[in-house]
Amino acid sequence: MNKKNSIMKIEIKFVLNNELITAEANPTMSLLDFLRNEKHLTAVKSVCREGDCGACSVLIGRFNDGEIKYQSITSCIYPLGNAAGKHIATIEGLNQPGLNFIQYHFAEENAAQCGFCTPGYIISLTAFMLNNSGYNYEEAEKAVAGNVCRCTGYGSIKRALHNMTDEMSVSSEDYNQRLKTLIDKKVIPEYFSAIPQMLENIAHDKVDVESEIVIGGGTDLYVQKPDELHTLSPLFIEKSRLDYIKESADSIIIGGGTTFEEIAGSEIINKFFPSFKKDSVLIASRLIRNVATLAGNIVNASPIGDMTIIFLALNAELKLKINETERTVPIRNFYLGYKNIDKEPMEIIEEIIIPKPSGNVKFNFEKVSKRTHLDIASVNSSILIETNNGTIVNAGISAGGVAPVPKYLEKTSVFLIGKEISNNVVLAASESAMDEITPIDDVRGSAEYKKLLLGQLIKAHFAELFPEKINIGELI
Amino acid sequence: MKPADVLKHVKGESLFTDDFPEPQGTLYAYIFDSPKAHAKIKRLDVSKAEKSKGVVSVLTAKDITGENQIGNIVQDETLLAENEVSYIGEPVAVVVAESLKDAKRAKKLIELELEELPVITDPRQAYEKGELIVPPIIFSSGDLDAAWNRCDVIVEDKIEIGGQEHLYLETQGALAIPNEDKIKIISSTQSPTAVQRAAAKILGWGMHRVEVDVLRLGGGFGGKEDQATPFGAIAALAAAVTNRPVKLVLSRPDDMRMTGKRHPYSIDFRLGADKSGKLIAYEVTYYQNSGAVADLSTAVLERSLFHTTNSYRIPNVKATGLACRTNLPPNTAFRGFGGPQGMFAIEAALNKLAEKLNLPAWELQKRNLIREGDIFYYGQKVKDNQIERCWSEAEESYSIKETIEKINLFNNSQNRYRKGFAVMPITFGISFTSSFLNQASALIHIYTDGSVGVSTAAIEMGQGVNEKIRIAVARVFSVNLDRIKIESTNTTRVSNTSPTAASTGADLNGNAAIIASKNILERLHKKAAEIFNVSPEDIEIIEEAVYVRGKKTEMKWEELIWRSYFERVSLSSHAFYATPDIYFDREKNQGQPFAYHVFGVAFTEVTIDGLLGTYTVDSVKVVHDFGESLNPQIDLGQTEGAIMQGIGWVTMEELVQNKDGRLLSNSLSTYKIPDIFSAPADVEIRFLENPHNPNGPFNSKAIGEPPFMYGIGTYFALRNGLKAFGVSDNIPLSSPMTPEKVLLALHSKQVV
Repeated sequence: MNKKNSIMKIEIKFVLNNELITAEANPTMSLLDFLRNEKHLTAVKSVCREGDCGACSVLIGRFNDGEIKYQSITSCIYPLGNAAGKHIATIEGLNQPGLNFIQYHFAEENAAQCGFCTPGYIISLTAFMLNNSGYNYEEAEKAVAGNVCRCTGYGSIKRALHNMTDEMSVSSEDYNQRLKTLIDKKVIPEYFSAIPQMLENIAHDKVDVESEIVIGGGTDLYVQKPDELHTLSPLFIEKSRLDYIKESADSIIIGGGTTFEEIAGSEIINKFFPSFKKDSVLIASRLIRNVATLAGNIVNASPIGDMTIIFLALNAELKLKINETERTVPIRNFYLGYKNIDKEPMEIIEEIIIPKPSGNVKFNFEKVSKRTHLDIASVNSSILIETNNGTIVNAGISAGGVAPVPKYLEKTSVFLIGKEISNNVVLAASESAMDEITPIDDVRGSAEYKKLLLGQLIKAHFAELFPEKINIGELI
Repeated sequence: MKPADVLKHVKGESLFTDDFPEPQGTLYAYIFDSPKAHAKIKRLDVSKAEKSKGVVSVLTAKDITGENQIGNIVQDETLLAENEVSYIGEPVAVVVAESLKDAKRAKKLIELELEELPVITDPRQAYEKGELIVPPIIFSSGDLDAAWNRCDVIVEDKIEIGGQEHLYLETQGALAIPNEDKIKIISSTQSPTAVQRAAAKILGWGMHRVEVDVLRLGGGFGGKEDQATPFGAIAALAAAVTNRPVKLVLSRPDDMRMTGKRHPYSIDFRLGADKSGKLIAYEVTYYQNSGAVADLSTAVLERSLFHTTNSYRIPNVKATGLACRTNLPPNTAFRGFGGPQGMFAIEAALNKLAEKLNLPAWELQKRNLIREGDIFYYGQKVKDNQIERCWSEAEESYSIKETIEKINLFNNSQNRYRKGFAVMPITFGISFTSSFLNQASALIHIYTDGSVGVSTAAIEMGQGVNEKIRIAVARVFSVNLDRIKIESTNTTRVSNTSPTAASTGADLNGNAAIIASKNILERLHKKAAEIFNVSPEDIEIIEEAVYVRGKKTEMKWEELIWRSYFERVSLSSHAFYATPDIYFDREKNQGQPFAYHVFGVAFTEVTIDGLLGTYTVDSVKVVHDFGESLNPQIDLGQTEGAIMQGIGWVTMEELVQNKDGRLLSNSLSTYKIPDIFSAPADVEIRFLENPHNPNGPFNSKAIGEPPFMYGIGTYFALRNGLKAFGVSDNIPLSSPMTPEKVLLALHSKQVV
């Protein structure tokens, strides 16, 4: 086989700030490198290169049905190739004479000390304002949750968010009207109104190259092997439009390319698993959730992947596809060993199929990490439990960070069936779960701690789902 | 009027080292560092790397034309390893190439053969093996041996305190540009002269051939006081060898692996008091984990000794400081500079004593606060003491009694959660304890249009020092703020700069700028007096207008400046400031090392989830002695930021190394700093009223470091919360208090 030795360059068309550009570049280059090194847009900062700080945040606008959905993403782990056909805005493209609305409020509260994180905050808040019709403090805070500041202690930033949302609490439900309001209020510059037209004019680039690597959102790959990616030709999942969530008679069907944020915002998911929206805030940050795909999380095979743990409890099936060959694998059989999965390299997870919960089914997710938000869990766990007149008729419990693979706690799940929920049963389930795992000492905690913690998480599931049936005070 | 920098920051217009347009022909440097924590270098072969595509040069110790030595306090640090490596991350060779990609590729071709030597990561083990960087440092007062007999109660224990990664968002970096017989280094350093001196020494040049320029830093916190130096020097060496501009900017993992952190300490203490809780005797030994070379460790250790008694009067004290050499990157300055570890120890001791006396710790703290006229155990008299006022204002504003009643009510209302409370007083000395560093210069030009350029030795790193100096200069001249620009810090304009550190940046450089401004103002008064035919004492400038004997004239600032220029009056001044009346005798370890102290009190409340071991810091309420703040918004921001960093240090910021000396928490995904949700929901900062500080510019006070130590209160509030669950007093004194430690403590056999 002929091994490529030169780096492939292709044409990638997109709107960068107010200008339509054609980048001739390697599509696996990170958007951050392109912006800083090729375009000298130096307000986009390089800090961690793993999506953990938000200093490289940029705005991406995706054209859909005459309007553009804007999101903030971390450009350090975002493939340039995925910028094709989109609007990318950096803070240079948000500046106007004087200060814009968000900048004004940051300056008023002196909410920038060294200034290195500041552009990222302005970007995340701009996405928040573009993407919502109503604004309050709590949502604004969530919008900047993936942006880390080492100087301010967040006091001045919080004050700025309060002032902003006090001054402007609504824009408009209607997209065009909202755009107009935001332009009038100096949130965004005028040229934003011309962007839909500009995007409509550029066809979505389809690149047909023999692919060597599948890239979903890239949020894991760009952290793990950024240099290696430069030598491989990619298959971008985003181009396959697998970003859907639909219902069949007995299943919920989720496209593998669906992002974490899309699933968190899905009405279907919300209907069957209402607690998931709250849980999703504990998973990564919005900057990452906007990009990270479910299939990517599953394939990454991290023993601690939050979504993976959830799908294990939900007894999801994976529909895999390579060329025209399809097959289905239960996710509980998908993990063969540490980072070893039942999947061919170029096979993709096209769909994740979740059985529709019926009857008296409850779901819960618990996670403990050193930092509550945007941190990898020490241990996480999920439960799906069905009861009938107080007796457990079905249970699925999973746990992460306790084994070489995302762990389905089969024994504990089986143990629970037929039991009535009581303190004693919960204690026994907790003991059983602790017996079922083999954690190791690592940077996220000692084996002793992880074992103990899983036992506590099992109790926490019941405290959350059946507070009336147990006395948690006696269980702690 | 908003600080000049904040207006640039919010627009993304502020330039940092990596943002400057690169000169044509710029090369990129990439460091090859030691993969082992302790080893002899048997063979280093860079020949294959040199032949790799795009490589211009591969530098090793052999390429150093001057002296391979960059040690600051102790001359024990090579720029590039020669015979031995002593920590993972120690620079061994440097690839200089046309692109970073070329450099990275070539780095993999460097061959290094090592013979491994025993690795020490634990300071007590280092001490046992005699691995001390300097002989033990001992401060003492009173008669400790006799004092123990007078104590009714004595507690002793051991403390483990973890380090802390600076995590300045901007990594270390420098751009060195050759220019005829000079090299100019744009460096991300808190200490331009240190970079200049090291680069000159490495090259074997005079310092006058090295110019260091610093516009601003993306955070420093002490991490760029001494540790920016090697990277500036490496860039300079590479530029000199290749005669081309060279940029060296560290990646985050490289930065985290190669650079030192806040020092971990292991501590033994013994504290004695009478029945009423009056402190009588305190003995403490600090085993400082200094890392592989001295760096600033001895000065950091000394500050632990200076802050051994925090805000308390203890008549008999002995503190022993041991700078223990380990095979970790050289630990270094970090906000508080040893003070936090010293204060943590005495607070731990007081808490243990309170437990034994069955009193709340805050009652003991209050009973033993220092008073005006007391003598700190290192010989300095307590002057302009504000700690008692801070305490009483805090009690009045925030009521300890009510807080505790509410907490008890909450704790008794359910079983899953417990709240804990702690008070943290601080008394922090201001000045470099190496007295000679307490000097600064300023150079001020007034241009013919009346605009003013100010250069000082101060480095702007987010702490607002530039704005404070700008305010001070504007006040002296009584002109609008926007007339005044603070220039970059540059060693050819202002020489022999002390680092911007020890919270002294605004004091030292502000005072120098005030003197320079006053020099020019005096000339302007003289010129105006000539014009109006009065004596200079009759002249005043008020809000840009010239006043004669209190009456406003038609003459404005611009006109006075133009007339002065036209009539050949010098509109520039260089001035020098040295903090008066400070000294420290290192034979006796007694003296007056500090210009003054900063005082304050913080109340902290936390809630622990007994089921999961997680917790929240609910509130931090402070009364702080700011002096007369030059800019309250800046000072408030410094305080809030320092508190958050302090809380991070004792809660989630956990450095994990394995026994081979390898850092495992080596990225932002494994080393967590506080995010917006980690910030306490309720942070209240009260400015102490009627403050007094003749030593600060316009009666202001230093702010950078002192509030960091309020964070220590969070640790003891968590400990008190644990005790509310019935966990025994014997839980280990170990920081940070991660959720792991909380849960293990809750489930330890020690639950009573």
